Amino acid sequence: MKKIIALLLAIAMLAAFAGCGNKAEAPAATTEAPTEAPATTAPATEAPEADCMTYEEYIAADVDTPVCIETYVQAHQSWWDNKITVYAQSKDGAYFLYNMECSEEQAALLTEGTHIRVNGFKAEWEGEVEIMDATFEILEGTYVAPALDITGTLAAKNLIDSQNQKIAVRDLEVVAADDKGASFLYNWDGSGQAGDNCDLYFKVSDGTGTYTFTVESYLCGEGTDVYNTVTGLKVGDKIDVEGFLYWYNGMQPHVTSVTVK
Amino acid sequence: MKKTIALLLAALLLLTGCHGTLAENAGSSQLDYPVPETFDTTKQHTITFWAKNDTNKRQTAVYEQAIRDFEKLYPNITVNMRLYTDYTRIYNDVITNIATNTTPNVCITYPDHIATYLTGEDTVVPLDGFLEDPRFGLGGSQLRYRGPGEIAPKFLSECAINGVTVALPYMRSTEACYVNKNYVERLGFTLPETLTWDFIWQVSEKAMEKNADGTYKVNGQKVLIPFIYKSTDNMMIQMLRQLDAGYSRADGTVELWNEQTKTILTEVARHVASGAFSTFKISGYPANFFNAGQCIFAIDSTAGATWVGSHAPLLDISEDALVEFETLVKPIPQYDPEHPQMISQGPSVCLFQKEDPQEVLASWLFAQFLLTDDVQIGYAETEGYVPVTVDAQESHRYRDYLSRGGEDMDTHYPIKIQASQLLLDHMEHTFVTPVFNGSASLRLAAGQLIEDTAKAVRRKQDTSDAGLEEIYRKTSALYRLDSISVTPGAGSLGPLPGEARLLLGGLGLAWLCILGAFLRDKWKSPGKNRRSH
Repeated sequence: MKKIIALLLAIAMLAAFAGCGNKAEAPAATTEAPTEAPATTAPATEAPEADCMTYEEYIAADVDTPVCIETYVQAHQSWWDNKITVYAQSKDGAYFLYNMECSEEQAALLTEGTHIRVNGFKAEWEGEVEIMDATFEILEGTYVAPALDITGTLAAKNLIDSQNQKIAVRDLEVVAADDKGASFLYNWDGSGQAGDNCDLYFKVSDGTGTYTFTVESYLCGEGTDVYNTVTGLKVGDKIDVEGFLYWYNGMQPHVTSVTVK
Repeated sequence: MKKTIALLLAALLLLTGCHGTLAENAGSSQLDYPVPETFDTTKQHTITFWAKNDTNKRQTAVYEQAIRDFEKLYPNITVNMRLYTDYTRIYNDVITNIATNTTPNVCITYPDHIATYLTGEDTVVPLDGFLEDPRFGLGGSQLRYRGPGEIAPKFLSECAINGVTVALPYMRSTEACYVNKNYVERLGFTLPETLTWDFIWQVSEKAMEKNADGTYKVNGQKVLIPFIYKSTDNMMIQMLRQLDAGYSRADGTVELWNEQTKTILTEVARHVASGAFSTFKISGYPANFFNAGQCIFAIDSTAGATWVGSHAPLLDISEDALVEFETLVKPIPQYDPEHPQMISQGPSVCLFQKEDPQEVLASWLFAQFLLTDDVQIGYAETEGYVPVTVDAQESHRYRDYLSRGGEDMDTHYPIKIQASQLLLDHMEHTFVTPVFNGSASLRLAAGQLIEDTAKAVRRKQDTSDAGLEEIYRKTSALYRLDSISVTPGAGSLGPLPGEARLLLGGLGLAWLCILGAFLRDKWKSPGKNRRSH
């Protein structure tokens, strides 16, 4: 009888080991690395290699079609989660490369002027024409675009033709950003606070209309010259501004430099 | 000798039985936290509070007021707030700070995220001991403020992982379908009491009819996306739930990829192809299209209601782009309107472990203060939120607020109050998904399937069965779904595996044999066991 009991126990134990063994071997049992961020959100639909196009051809291309362009990095937002958003410009036009797949090592190589070939899809989000789900490779050569002076044309209907370009606007006056007379706001409605690297929003007048400009914190965050300058603005200040002609349901430049006169 | 072998085998069995549960059950070593006997008010504490708002200055103001009020009550505690507008950023920053042991004291978060935090050693403070403590617990005798009373049990239960409370609910919301009633009727449809997916797809397809000049018949504009969904994570999760299809199990088993999922994606693909459906990530904020008369069904959080409607107090488009129409606030569409199901969401608050128990207690006191009536009602009134405490929900002040919808287009903005009421009316129809280490990634993957299917259609890529399989393969790899641990002993385990049934059966049989042998020996030769030594 004891033999039978011992045999039953042995079988039961083997079954227990078998259960553990299977668990260890099953893919689902692999332990996720502790304190690890979720996987990156690199594009799951990849752009096919396409012939590179001119800016004119790019503008003519339909949204959602694959595009290939060669352009030059002018600035980029902070690298995060294996993605980078780049303001790029060639001699014939400018591009906004949204959340381009990019390792941290590659990001370090994307300095101002770097020549890149980009494969992605043309997209439009809230009026901003951009390239998304893109990959890139670095080419030889550099080019730093001069700022396009758009002083006096902020209300022009054809301003959108210069979308994403490096721009300069002179002789603007800072006007109140809210009903309380603030010269700028942390976040669009003042819901942010100093120290949290919020975007800054301020309003300017060119004498014909009032416009909202933004210090995009992922482009020029707390501690940069432009961030410090804007947080020191006063209503009535006369300023010159440089930045990129970003679009969000209308013109909303991402500012990189403000000079108080 | 044989008995010794049997005992050894039995001991080994016990050991094998232990394997897995304790080692892999995240947070199991932190089942309770010893609440200090007293709070030392002579010692100064500075605690950090990582808060999240919906880019809404009124919410910031509620936090700031709460901190001021709390610091008056506890002058030895200073609360430093860091404001976020994005849960994912908080999540990533917490993960980074766990590694450097610089986590905040109090943090707004999602339970899905806490499950990942718990993979670190002694990260998140278990709260059951605090909740039940007679001195510092809810309504405790040593609190310097009137305690928050009972937390709505359903909401509190959403903050438990493996039976341990790891957070306090802070606010709750669900999703609403904001409907342009005029357009639906103009298209010849009558809105049902409960929206169904069939109805929404049918109306959306009908809306694609154009005039000869290329404008859409229903709005006379060149732009129309009849149906836009903000959170495709929620879309997939809720559709699967309504279909009683697999998504995940409490033990971490991923069931996302199944026949119902493929059916949903095929349906999505069909309506993306016609232009009847799009998403926030692809096209933009549903409310912006909706307010411009370019969308008929906009699904977004009830906590986004202040942005929705022709007279919305918060606007992201120019006033000249607004179109006048009547907005209805409806529950999300259903497959079975008799048994509606919708997600419960919203911020929760967790505490992080610190060396000094007094600092943890100070954090608890502040976290609990966030549940007091003024904070709860004040914050709930900023958006289509619902307070999480029974006291706040039933208070005269909150009931009065709800009853005054439409008195003005600001504090009593009707769409916002209707959105809150929607959740209050449907609390028993809400659900949450199982929480485990990896559930946050799974949630993202669920939405990614819809996003990538939509993109693939728009980009004229393959969305046949093979194409959808490929989309899932890439999504699964991207979010490492194959790496999500299965935790034995977590939640409902479902049917026992074959090995376990064999083991238990064997054990039972062994005990029966032992008992039988004992009785037989006892009957045949009393005292034999003693002599056998």
